[in-house]
Amino acid sequence: MEAVHSIVPIYAIAVPLVASILIGLSGKKPNLREFWSITAAVLQFSLVASMLPSILEGNTIEFFLLTLFPGIDISFRVDAFGFFFAFMSSFLWIITSFYSIGYMRTLNEHSQTRYYICFAISLFATVGVAFSANMFTTFLFYEVITLCTYPLVAHKETTTAMKGALKYVVYLLGASLAFMLPAIFLTYLTAGTLNFDTQGILAGEGTDVLLIIIFVLFIAGIAKAAMMPFHSWLPAAMVAPTPVSALLHAVAVVKTGVFVVAKVILHIFGVDLLFQLGIGTVFIYVASFTLIAASIMALRQDNLKARLAYSTVSQLSYVILGIALLTQSGITGGVLHIVLHGFGKITLFFAAGAIYVATRKTEISQLNGIGRQMPFTMAAFTLGALSMIGIPPLGGFLSKWYIVFGSLEAGQLPIIIVIVASTILNSCYFLPIVYAAFFKESAKSPVISDALTDKDSSHVTYRTSLKEAPVFMVVPLALTGIGTLVLFFVPSVFLDLAKMTALTAIGGS
Amino acid sequence: MISVPVSLVVVVPMCASLLIAVLGLTKYRCHWHISIVATFVSFIASLALLYNTLQIGRISYWLGGWEPPWGIEYVIDYYSGFVLVAITLVSLLTTVYAATYVKREVGESRDLSFAILNMLMVTGLHGIIVTGDLFNLYIFLEITSIAAYSLIGAGKKKGALVASFNYLILGTIGAIFVLIGVAYLYMITGTLNMADLRAILPVHYDSKVVFAAFAFITVGLAIKFALFPLHTWLLSAHSLAPAVVCSVLAASILKVTAYALIRVMFTVFEAGFTLEVIPATEILLVMSIIAIIVGGILTAAQTNLKRMLACSSLGQMGYIVLGVAIADQMAMTGSILHLLNHSLMKGGLFLIAGAIIHKVRIYDIADMKGVGRKMPLTMAAFTIIGLSMVGVPLTVGFVSKWHIAVGALKAGMWYIIPVIVASSLLTAFYFGRVIRNAYFASEGSDQGSSSKAHDHAHNQHGDRNSESRSEAPPGMVIPILIFAGLCIILGTAAFIPVSIAEKAAIMLLEGT
Repeated sequence: MEAVHSIVPIYAIAVPLVASILIGLSGKKPNLREFWSITAAVLQFSLVASMLPSILEGNTIEFFLLTLFPGIDISFRVDAFGFFFAFMSSFLWIITSFYSIGYMRTLNEHSQTRYYICFAISLFATVGVAFSANMFTTFLFYEVITLCTYPLVAHKETTTAMKGALKYVVYLLGASLAFMLPAIFLTYLTAGTLNFDTQGILAGEGTDVLLIIIFVLFIAGIAKAAMMPFHSWLPAAMVAPTPVSALLHAVAVVKTGVFVVAKVILHIFGVDLLFQLGIGTVFIYVASFTLIAASIMALRQDNLKARLAYSTVSQLSYVILGIALLTQSGITGGVLHIVLHGFGKITLFFAAGAIYVATRKTEISQLNGIGRQMPFTMAAFTLGALSMIGIPPLGGFLSKWYIVFGSLEAGQLPIIIVIVASTILNSCYFLPIVYAAFFKESAKSPVISDALTDKDSSHVTYRTSLKEAPVFMVVPLALTGIGTLVLFFVPSVFLDLAKMTALTAIGGS
Repeated sequence: MISVPVSLVVVVPMCASLLIAVLGLTKYRCHWHISIVATFVSFIASLALLYNTLQIGRISYWLGGWEPPWGIEYVIDYYSGFVLVAITLVSLLTTVYAATYVKREVGESRDLSFAILNMLMVTGLHGIIVTGDLFNLYIFLEITSIAAYSLIGAGKKKGALVASFNYLILGTIGAIFVLIGVAYLYMITGTLNMADLRAILPVHYDSKVVFAAFAFITVGLAIKFALFPLHTWLLSAHSLAPAVVCSVLAASILKVTAYALIRVMFTVFEAGFTLEVIPATEILLVMSIIAIIVGGILTAAQTNLKRMLACSSLGQMGYIVLGVAIADQMAMTGSILHLLNHSLMKGGLFLIAGAIIHKVRIYDIADMKGVGRKMPLTMAAFTIIGLSMVGVPLTVGFVSKWHIAVGALKAGMWYIIPVIVASSLLTAFYFGRVIRNAYFASEGSDQGSSSKAHDHAHNQHGDRNSESRSEAPPGMVIPILIFAGLCIILGTAAFIPVSIAEKAAIMLLEGT
């Protein structure tokens, strides 16, 4: 373990920010504009990836940017966990950029420049959170994410979109100002610093009651993690265009939430302190409740994206659950689930978007027989769904495996029942979709013909029976779908990083 | 050490106002040039003075060479030097703005008198800060107020004169209270010099007359800076006056009166007296909490943009008093910072409101749909300052809020935190509403496209918004952008103001 000083993290963070300006400048030339998006995505991923060897050696990469005033710094520190998150987000951004082009152009959406600018800024802030070296920097980027995704959620500017976006910003900004900021005040006052430390910074400071208050404030403040009762912004945010739902509400935004929760658990409090306070166990059950309750709610949704959203709420709690177990395997599983759920869920959202673009269908009850029209899309959907359920040989199995081990290590046997129950529920809300898509007869209704509006039909009609979305959309979703498979067989990098994260967290004890 | 006489910041605007008046008799019109030069000189002088005081400490200037306590003394220390820079900056920027604004909005006929009164007001504002003499402070306070009364009356709306009259009555009551307080102190001590008073007063700390003097001065000044519930004059005065006057009222006049209160509490009296002998801080604590909460709720209920901005000053002044009342060094730092920060924010916001009214004649928040498209630079500035008001990191609003909140926790006053949180949420609500209205087209309207704050953002149908774009003239937009820019610069390089404000807080709480 040694700290390397390097400016690479700054470059990696700054690339999308610079790109957002270029995107704004080339708003009148869509091809150039999209070129900037993709270049930025590729460049950011390359810069992040270039840190891989050093991180795998166990180093951390640090860069100090500036001091606002004494005690409040903006500085960056890339460790295994932060790298893990940035690596995944920036990789999926590349794929999503292509998908966005397909989606936005086929639907001929308005305000595309605003869309791409905000998208780039979100990635800037997401990687910023991943690389933050202290709670202040994290908070700063956390708020940037909220603010710059607001226009994305409100994109359609219809009454529903504005309402959904309002709920979104009220929950996220409100909770962070009301709970997270006071928690930061208290942390600063108690620990005298906000810098993350692998052993936690609050150990041995303050009274137990104060520490528990800080913990509760943090958890309540990080509404992005969508823990109940702060989850209902996520289904509301589904009014956003599907690429936004896919990357931001399956990967960047919500994963920022669980990432920050994990940071608070591991690097503000530290495993030992949480054991000593005994709030870990309570927290596990809160997460379990969310896990089950959200799955049950997902069953009741007929809108495909809404069902996916509730599924996300439930799956995020897996991550938190795994980490809150505070054992080696539990943390590994929780961290691993960030990427495995990311790949699975983004595939599912991509598929939902492709279905919408090709057929304008949004409800699950309309999907009978769609597998025959859109075999690639639905095949990828199936992979994603199976990965969500956790069936080998798909990625989702790995993280569940580790979390089950973690709960054994922690002696929390009831958790295994929770996981089994959730697996059953997952199957209940995903498998019928797959079944209906491939095996049920499609209703012989004229839905398809009149759902298609004049200008779009030229893009999407190939053959009468096969009616896939544009290539720009199908290829990305096929890639992420295959990704869920690949991650099962070759999880090495992510697994190593997850294990390193768990080791450094547990290491001290 | 740069040799600058302290009197410069007062004498230059005063001479300018006379010069403008004299030149006004001729056909030669250059009143705004003179005003801008005068305020610019004051600003540069204030920077030099701040630099000097950071080098050598307290600077004392004897007016006319008469030695205090007989002559009038001007004082620059960390505290007055810091606030002086803030106020001279606001004077400069608002004067630049006024040069374009007044002719178009107030009218050609009032242009000249406006400039004279403006310079007079600036003289008073600068004077209050630098003076080391209690009676002189009262004089400057009145110069400022009288100029302000007449400037408010220049507002176009009918209610402006009534608002001005209201302010006149309450402002005069406040002034008389201050005068009575000063007179009592003179009765007891026979001196009006602040440093002298500070030296003599401790032996009289048990005297009822001193108590009464303290109470009179505090209440008198509290009326002037509209501490809830003494705020009744503020709403209409701050919303019906011409925008540039609103800006000075909120950014400078409220600030210097709050400044004067802190001066009296901590340099005329000793911190020990204010904090321990009489329960002044406890009363102020309760008052400021009420001001913050009630002010926030009142603001959220406003439908008129300028009235909303005026109303939000209630809560913000509450913050300044709150930091003082907590009486912790960190919270005090926060208060002093907020004197500067709120000046930047509210000064900028009123100028923005003026620009919006000037270009699109919109007064109500509900009508603001599409303003973000028409005036992207102005609304970008509004968004930045709005975020700063909420207290988002990297803006000045965060810096003062952080200091007050952590200061409160240090002093063990945990119950301040919910107050700050509630007010932040209310602020987010009422600014969010404006920003949302400005950027997003009305629900279900056919104008589907709207462009983001980004000044170069065109969408694919970019022609639609480039033709409807109409910013206010540069003379108005530039001061607005400077205010917004400073909100970010001083919020990021916050260590500069923080280090000075910290010294000022230590000086005030511990005595020099």
